[in-house]
Amino acid sequence: MSFLKELWMFMRVRKKFWLLPIILMMLVFGGLVVLTQGSAVAPFIYTIF
Amino acid sequence: MRIVGISAFYHDSAAALIDDGQVIAAAQEERFSRKKQDSDFPKLALDYCLEEAGVSLSDVDYIAFYDKPFLKFERLIETYVAFAPRGFESFRKAMPIWLKEKLFQKSMLRDKLRESAPDYNWDNRLLFAEHHQSHAASAFYPSPFASAAILTMDGVGEWATTSLGMGNGNTVEMTREIHFPHSLGLLYSAFTYYTGFRVNSGEYKVMGLAPYGEPKYAQKILDNVVDVKEDGSFRLDLSYFDYCTGLRMTNEKFDALFDAPPRDPETLLTQREMDLAASIQAVTEEIVLRLGRSVAKDTGEKNLCLAGGVALNCVANGKLLRDNAFENIWIQPAAGDAGGALGAAQVAYHHFQGQLRKLNGVMDGMKGSYLGPEFSQEQIETRLTESGAKFKVLSEDEMITSTADALANGKAIGWFQGRMEFGPRSLGGRSILGDPRDPAMQKTLNLRVKYRESFRPFAPSVLREDVADWFELDSDSPYMLLVADVAEQHRREMSEEEQALFGIDKLNVPRSSIPAITHVDYSARVQTVHEETNPRYYALIKDFKEKTGCPILVNTSFNVRGEPIVCTPEDAFRCFISTGIEVLVCGNCFLVKEDQDPELAEDYKDKFELD
Repeated sequence: MSFLKELWMFMRVRKKFWLLPIILMMLVFGGLVVLTQGSAVAPFIYTIF
Repeated sequence: MRIVGISAFYHDSAAALIDDGQVIAAAQEERFSRKKQDSDFPKLALDYCLEEAGVSLSDVDYIAFYDKPFLKFERLIETYVAFAPRGFESFRKAMPIWLKEKLFQKSMLRDKLRESAPDYNWDNRLLFAEHHQSHAASAFYPSPFASAAILTMDGVGEWATTSLGMGNGNTVEMTREIHFPHSLGLLYSAFTYYTGFRVNSGEYKVMGLAPYGEPKYAQKILDNVVDVKEDGSFRLDLSYFDYCTGLRMTNEKFDALFDAPPRDPETLLTQREMDLAASIQAVTEEIVLRLGRSVAKDTGEKNLCLAGGVALNCVANGKLLRDNAFENIWIQPAAGDAGGALGAAQVAYHHFQGQLRKLNGVMDGMKGSYLGPEFSQEQIETRLTESGAKFKVLSEDEMITSTADALANGKAIGWFQGRMEFGPRSLGGRSILGDPRDPAMQKTLNLRVKYRESFRPFAPSVLREDVADWFELDSDSPYMLLVADVAEQHRREMSEEEQALFGIDKLNVPRSSIPAITHVDYSARVQTVHEETNPRYYALIKDFKEKTGCPILVNTSFNVRGEPIVCTPEDAFRCFISTGIEVLVCGNCFLVKEDQDPELAEDYKDKFELD
């Protein structure tokens, strides 16, 4: 819950409300990817981490 | 007020502890875990910092983290949106780790801290600094200057990749930023990748390779790849790069521009890679010089502080110093992300808590960067005995004299003394030393001791008072982050035949009376040694000078290729017994290779993943 509160505060401070639907969609799809994949091994590339 | 700074979860995790603004301890996790560039939560480094300060975690007032995960996530999302639908593959691979872990870094940190202090309320004591704010703080607050211009440059943090500003008293204010994806660090890393080295560790090799080549491609890079303005601001043509959306640094268009695909790692290096290295080095230097001049103009300051991974490019730093836009330059010795741990703690202390900054008026606040663990003579003897080592215990004078004699006789020496260094350079705490006058020393150390590429140069440690006699430099360079040429009178005249040599063939021609540390362009990465910060190392070089007339030693890190620098006496003994190091001097213990049991040697050459 504190995570959602902080995320909301972050969007308010940054004035990036347009990110909200994208993040929500991502959390849904990302959740699916996580559930179907099981592993959280990311590739070694500079900018992702 | 005690504050712990932490950098973690990307690469080079580290912890640092400051007490009322004074740096007490700082160390990278890799030195303890023995995993190169360890990115896990720095539990072992944190435990060490607390032990050094003689406190427990619940005695710490604040914990400061070196970047802001939400801002980083915002950059990721906006980048994916900007490039969609390209980048889906990268997105698919990156998101699971973000959605599972990285987005929840605050609670991860809280959980890790609760393991050590379960009853402590961390919610209001966990602070976050921005990545470049941490770098800027680590550059300015420990510097010896009351006010200074600040320039930070790296690959990327949240959004900023370059930032310019100034520090005054206890405030740091950054006034200009260049944002991702336009990044000097990533441009350099793209060429690191393209020349067949590993991103995030091979950049040193590109810098070391550059003097063997000609900057043939520099104009091509400036005409096509990066647009540099007079004030040093720049924009990359992203159509040549793949790092925003793909799993590589460069793409086919980049290959077409330079007429070939990237070099495969560990294959033969050709003149082409050397020319490419020289070219990107020249472009980087030009950008750094322009940025330096422009921040000098903006701030009117005569002092400059540098940090960020690009500030480890000591060749560019040396040129910046000689450009005379500033009278003095100070570079954070842990300029990479590990130093962000220290910077974050200092942001928390001076910026968030508004505490004043105290200058001692003589030295900087890094204590020579000797901020890591130290072992007493008793501990060293016990640990070496348990490792099966055979050693003599010498008096202080005998130890110095015997070591200087061994050096003068051409031996490769493992030198383990006092506190471990913070940052990527060994500065006479955990070093391998040699005689710089020996023409074969560079090859011996590279191939027989360090198991690394023969082209890689070595750095000199020189007594501070002698630096101007031997190098074209007359300022402090205690952290080996300035490159200067060997002084004219010590150079050797090249024959016409020798001058005509190309590439690696240049390596075999001695260029000065101290060939082991003279690079093919006569340059050297100088460390000035100061009696105040490392009296033992100073005494050793002084004794060597009395014996040989040369106030310089070859100084390279105490490790082999791919291994974290040694931390404990056991690590030092293991490296000594398994490599071509001939003598180990550990505190007052003196170990000779011939006295040791050869059965204890490990297959060290293949033990570590190549960097």
